[in-house]
Amino acid sequence: MSTFVLLTITGFGLGAMYFLIASGLSLIYGLMGVLNFAHGAFITVGSYGTWWTSEHVFDGVHSNLWRWLLSALLGLVCGGVFAALVELILIRPLYTRHIEQVLVTVGLQLAFVALVRGIWGPDPKTFVVPRWLHETTDVGGALIPNDRWVEIATAAVVLVLLQLFLRRTRYGLIIRAGVENRAMVQALGIDVRKAFTLVFAIGGVAAAVAGVLSGVYFNVVGPEQGTSLLIFAFIVVVIGGLGSIGGSAVAALVVALTQQYTNYYASSGIGDMVVVLLLGVVLLVRPRGFAGAVVGARA
Amino acid sequence: MSAVATRTLLAVRDLHVYLGQSHVLQGVTFDVPEGGVVALLGRNGVGKTTTLRAILGLVDRRGSIRLEGSELTGMSTHRIVRRSVGYVPEDRDVFTGLTVAENLRLAERDDAPRYDLVYELFPELRERGTQRAGTLSGGQQQMVAIARALLNDNRLLLVDEPTKGLAPALVAEVARVLERLAELTTVLLVEQNLGVVRRIAQEVIVLDQGRVVHAGDAKEFLDEPDLVKRMLSVGRA
Repeated sequence: MSTFVLLTITGFGLGAMYFLIASGLSLIYGLMGVLNFAHGAFITVGSYGTWWTSEHVFDGVHSNLWRWLLSALLGLVCGGVFAALVELILIRPLYTRHIEQVLVTVGLQLAFVALVRGIWGPDPKTFVVPRWLHETTDVGGALIPNDRWVEIATAAVVLVLLQLFLRRTRYGLIIRAGVENRAMVQALGIDVRKAFTLVFAIGGVAAAVAGVLSGVYFNVVGPEQGTSLLIFAFIVVVIGGLGSIGGSAVAALVVALTQQYTNYYASSGIGDMVVVLLLGVVLLVRPRGFAGAVVGARA
Repeated sequence: MSAVATRTLLAVRDLHVYLGQSHVLQGVTFDVPEGGVVALLGRNGVGKTTTLRAILGLVDRRGSIRLEGSELTGMSTHRIVRRSVGYVPEDRDVFTGLTVAENLRLAERDDAPRYDLVYELFPELRERGTQRAGTLSGGQQQMVAIARALLNDNRLLLVDEPTKGLAPALVAEVARVLERLAELTTVLLVEQNLGVVRRIAQEVIVLDQGRVVHAGDAKEFLDEPDLVKRMLSVGRA
């Protein structure tokens, strides 16, 4: 029983990171029709931004908690600014040119990994984090690493904030409408390009949060970490339904728990294959994902 | 065009639109005078909807489109709309995942949106404010689509087949609302229902194969059945 509890809570922690990455990807595709393969670079900017500022800016801060929190905050700012710049400089000139968008974002992702390796080397980097995160909490006999609680709580907070933003603000209204019918939003006199930049920035911040948390989850950050997480985030986006935040949250948990359970109870490594099979089944049975019907006519 | 001396609000000159390999508009030229309703007529597929979308910048186009003398062709859609051009699209295009109130809130452009007018014409929309637009009937969705345009003070309103697919009682209701709209602003109307055109339009422009083949007084045109049949009937004369 304790193993099942451990697998479940660890699965929730992994699902939290998938959700943080997938939420931005989903909104970006839902609103703009852009398959952003460079999203992994946003994760890397967040994780390396946090690591670098922790080592070079906040290295004099005595409290590890504050050092980590302040570094993470700058990492998130870096992620958001980097994502907004990518939208403004690389994506905006290529709207409606989907092949070129894919080429540019794939190229950026590959180039960014190479750049990070070139500057900081291929070796993984460790964060300075509060000791409590490396300790465990006993839940029904299962010793749960404390960082899992932080990952789950952070994803829950991001989910609530995103829902509040989408439902309570004018820009949220524009984004929800734009996911359905971008041309009609423009035909109401709204400059939808501002929403594009905002969605990229939000996606960049959420991915950077995932980058920071992945550093805690895996204990290290490396140049390729963003890429490997991105693959499963794409699967989450498709299963959850393009453009749906709620769908992404549910799909992230399904994918992460499926990986955890099958890797343990079947055979290590088989979880990834089962997730791909799950993707195939969802595409056959419900091609629009769990939250279907969200992405409608798009010009 | 009518001999009545009125100011030209919209001047379209040599408008060309390609959709894929298809040359849909082939040099469309016409004027819309200020005030009243001009109906854009023609068989299915001759380019009526494309003309409205080209004016709004929703499709790539070549030529000249001037609103009160200002060239629109270099402008993006939202800038054109912000020059007080309203749009009621074919098939309504309401945001089905948003509530009625959210659909209207999204359309607010002016500092003082005219909710009083909207609710006077469509009192049902006030009652259905929290209902998702996707669950409304076709007629109710048309009300939302027209209401979005009514909220703002438009100089020109582009209305695309507002009675399409509606029951006869609703067609009369929509015609009544369009009459009211025409009192407030200039309307360029695409409409297949000639009864509605006769009731509200002062002028007609007829398109065929991407070109203007007739422009003139609406009543005179509609009173010539042979001309109407030749230009609008499905079978070619």
